[in-house]
Amino acid sequence: MRLAGFYIFAAVVALLPVLFPDNYFVVVVGTSAGLHVILAVGLNLLIGYAGQISLGHAAFFGLGAYASAILSTRFDWPSLLALVAGLIAAGLIAWVFARPILRLRGHYLAMATLGFGIIAHVIMVQATQWTGGPDGLAGIPPLNLLGWQVDGDLQWYGVIAAAMLLVVWLSLNLVDSQVGRALRAVHGSEFAARMMGIDTARTKTQAFVVSAVFAAFAGSLFAHQQAFVSPDSFNLTVSVELVTMVVLGGLASTFGAVCGAIALTLLQQGLVVFEDYEMLIHGALLMAVMIFMPQGLFVGLTQAAHRLGSTLARSKFRRSLD
Amino acid sequence: MTAMIAPLPLSSTPASPLLAVTGLEQSFGGVMALAGVSFQVAEGLVYAVIGPNGAGKTTLFNALCGFYQPSSGSIRFTERELLGLPTHRIAACGIARTFQNLQLFFNMTVLENVMVGCHLRTKTSLFAAALRLPRVRRQEQRLRDWAIEALELCELADRATQSAGTLPYGLMKRVEIARALAAKPRLLLLDEPAAGLNDTETLALRDLITRIRDSGVTILLVEHHMPLVMGVSDRLLVLDYGSVLAEGTPAEIQADPRVVAAYLGGAVNYAV
Repeated sequence: MRLAGFYIFAAVVALLPVLFPDNYFVVVVGTSAGLHVILAVGLNLLIGYAGQISLGHAAFFGLGAYASAILSTRFDWPSLLALVAGLIAAGLIAWVFARPILRLRGHYLAMATLGFGIIAHVIMVQATQWTGGPDGLAGIPPLNLLGWQVDGDLQWYGVIAAAMLLVVWLSLNLVDSQVGRALRAVHGSEFAARMMGIDTARTKTQAFVVSAVFAAFAGSLFAHQQAFVSPDSFNLTVSVELVTMVVLGGLASTFGAVCGAIALTLLQQGLVVFEDYEMLIHGALLMAVMIFMPQGLFVGLTQAAHRLGSTLARSKFRRSLD
Repeated sequence: MTAMIAPLPLSSTPASPLLAVTGLEQSFGGVMALAGVSFQVAEGLVYAVIGPNGAGKTTLFNALCGFYQPSSGSIRFTERELLGLPTHRIAACGIARTFQNLQLFFNMTVLENVMVGCHLRTKTSLFAAALRLPRVRRQEQRLRDWAIEALELCELADRATQSAGTLPYGLMKRVEIARALAAKPRLLLLDEPAAGLNDTETLALRDLITRIRDSGVTILLVEHHMPLVMGVSDRLLVLDYGSVLAEGTPAEIQADPRVVAAYLGGAVNYAV
C-alpha cells in the first residue's frame, strides 16, 4: 500500500506519549524533532527531489517565526492569522527570488542561497525596531486554534506532531504525482525533462516555494511554542544543520528526511552529556554515517535490517540441514 | 524562400509538409555547424539524416528542439514557427526525441520514466497533487495506462517496476523510445538509436521503427548503421560540413556520386 509507511509512522508518533507519559524526552525533544522533520521534509523536496541546493533555508524558518512574532506582539493579530500571513510571505518571497537564484547551478547556486541566508540573518539582527535585534522578541502569545489555546508540553507535542504528519503526508502525495515526477525529472536530466514538455524553471520554482512555505510553517509554530525568538535560531549553522539532516537521512526520500531530522535532533540531545567532546563526537558520527551509508540512514538501516534478516534465515536453514 | 529548398520529386511532397526547415544556420565561434540547411519532411515518413561525424546531424536535432538558438533560418512545424521557442514549448507542439547519449531519469523506475513522457497529456496543479484529490487519483491511473501502452509497444512492459539505471544498455535505449512515444508526438526524433546495439537488437529496432511509423508517427532518424538506415527510411538527407549534400530515396542516395565521394573519396585522397 502506498501510504503504509506513513500510517506506521503516525501510529508510533501517537503512541509515544501514551507509552511514556510525562517523559521529558518524548514531549520536549519530540517537539523539537517534529519541527526539524517539517523543515527537513520541505528542504528534501528541493535538494533530494529537484536536485537544487539551498544553504540559506534558515531564512524561511526565521521568516515564519518573525512574521508570527511581530504580527502577534506588535499588531495584536490572532496567532492563527499571523501564522497564515507568515506562510504567504515566505511563499511570495521564495517565488520572487526563485527565478534569478535557481538559474544558477552547483556551487554558484550554493553561494547565492548562502548569501540569501546571511542577508536574512543580518536583517533579523539589524532591524531592531521590528525584530528586537540580537536580543530577540519575547512575549509571543501561544497558538490559539479557533478558541483552543495550546498550552503545556503535551498539547504542543500534539499540535506539532499533527503539523508534522500533515507535512509528511503532503510531501508523500506530491512526490508520487505528476508534479513530483517532474521534480525528479529535472534532477535526472534537465534537457530530457524539457523535451518532455516540463517547464524546468517553473518546476524548480514550485519546489523552492513549497520548501519555503514548509520552513515558515515550522518557524511560526516554533515562535508560538517558545514564546521567544532571536536571530541565533536562524543563522548559518542552522541552515547547514538542515542540509545535514536531509543528506544524513538519505536524499530523495521523504522518510529519509524524517530519519535524518530525528537522528540529528536525538544526537544533539544525547551528546550533551559529553560536554566538551560533544561537537567532536557529533562530527565523527556524521562522517562515519556518510562513509558507511552513503545513501543515508534510511536506506542504510533498511538494507542492514534486510541483510540481518537474510543472514538469520540462512543460519536457520543451515541448522535445519545439520 | 521556396527557392532555397532543394527540389523534391512531386510525388513524395504533399501540399504542406509536416516539417519544413529553411536556410538553418548555426555557428559555434567561427565554426559553421549548420550552413544553411533546408529540407522538408512529409507526414507519415521515416526520414533519415546521415553524414560523416561532425557533419551537423546532432546539431540539427538540437536546433530543432530549441536547445541551440540558430542564428538564422526557419523551422516550420505544422505551419508553426519553432525558431525561438523554448524546448518545452516545442515539445508541446508535438515533437518528442531520444538522445544519442542516454538522458534517462536514472532516479526513477522504467514506468515512472515513461509516465514523465506523458507529462503534456494532462495537467495537475500543485495543490491538487499535494492533497491527492480524487481527480488526481484518476489522472494517475490514466497516466499509468498510457505509459504501459507505450511500454507494451516497445516490448518493455515486464520491466515496468525496475529502476531505469539497472537495465542493460539496449533496453535503456528502448525506454527512451517508449518515453518519447508516451507523449503521443506527431514527429519523433531518434538520435542514433542503433549505436551500441548488437545485431539482434538492431533488427528488433528496425521492426519497432516500422511499427511506430505505421501507427502514424513521422520519424526523423539520425543513424550511422547503414543497413538499418537504407532498410527503414523512405527518404534520406545527407549532410556534410553543415550543408546538404544530397536528398532523395535510399536508391537515389546510394547511386549519388557526391555521396560516394564524401563517404569514400575523402578517405581515398588521404590514402594517396
